[in-house]
Amino acid sequence: MSVTVGDVVAERTFDLTRDSLVRYAGASGDFNPIHYRDDVAQSVGLPGVLAHGMLTMGLAVQPVVDWLEDRGTVLDYQVRFTRPVLVDGESGATVHVVAKVGAVDDDGTRIDLTVTFEDQTVLGKAQVRVSLT
Amino acid sequence: MNPELQGRVFPPTAPYLVGREKVREFARAVFATSPLNHDPIAASAAGYADVVAPPTFAVVVQEATLAQLLAEPDGGIDFTRVVHGDQRFSYTRPIVAGDELTATLAVTSIKTLGGNAMVTAESTIVDADGAHVVTAISTLVVRA
Repeated sequence: MSVTVGDVVAERTFDLTRDSLVRYAGASGDFNPIHYRDDVAQSVGLPGVLAHGMLTMGLAVQPVVDWLEDRGTVLDYQVRFTRPVLVDGESGATVHVVAKVGAVDDDGTRIDLTVTFEDQTVLGKAQVRVSLT
Repeated sequence: MNPELQGRVFPPTAPYLVGREKVREFARAVFATSPLNHDPIAASAAGYADVVAPPTFAVVVQEATLAQLLAEPDGGIDFTRVVHGDQRFSYTRPIVAGDELTATLAVTSIKTLGGNAMVTAESTIVDADGAHVVTAISTLVVRA
């Protein structure tokens, strides 16, 4: 599979609800109540219930995984948590992911993710290094 | 928090047996729809012993090491002030159901910045043969 720097290889929108957060809490074992209780979130000074950063990280790589199918594997994946994703009890939250080829070199291919919520980036330096077969 | 934590290596965690249904449950939670994550036959056709865990599944195994860090008696880390700053996973191979994984935590760096402390915790995860699977690196910010 041949790719060129700048190619958009995948793009996807994820609709999160409070149910998504409870599901992730159970699956991951992270039961911090700021991810499902408004009163606890507010008591520690947050504007509301937040998605787990690791949920945002986990879903953001999925468009790349789907693009790879069985033609390659993820070698390295890193993000910086720069801004929270607030998940409203009624309207939820929409997270948008664009995956673009950032570099092609001897170490493989680097895919850069742009992950946004309400038109603001929520993950910084979100990079996936993949090997393509 | 205690700056002498830098360089400390913790005892390996108890082995974590990766279950097929746990992989599927985690996959659903992170919107992973690939047949490799759900269907053992598809995973087998691609050369894997069983269903393949999504890339961030390693956090489930890493979590036990972060619990060690927060519980360290002389660590002085107030977990209610901890914010997750960065996260990284470096893989030798994907995790698959049936893996028995053990994680060993090392505190590789502690920096203070404007009253906040930044702790870098590196968890090396190996399989039952002792072969490297993935290293999970978290930077935690402990707010002043």
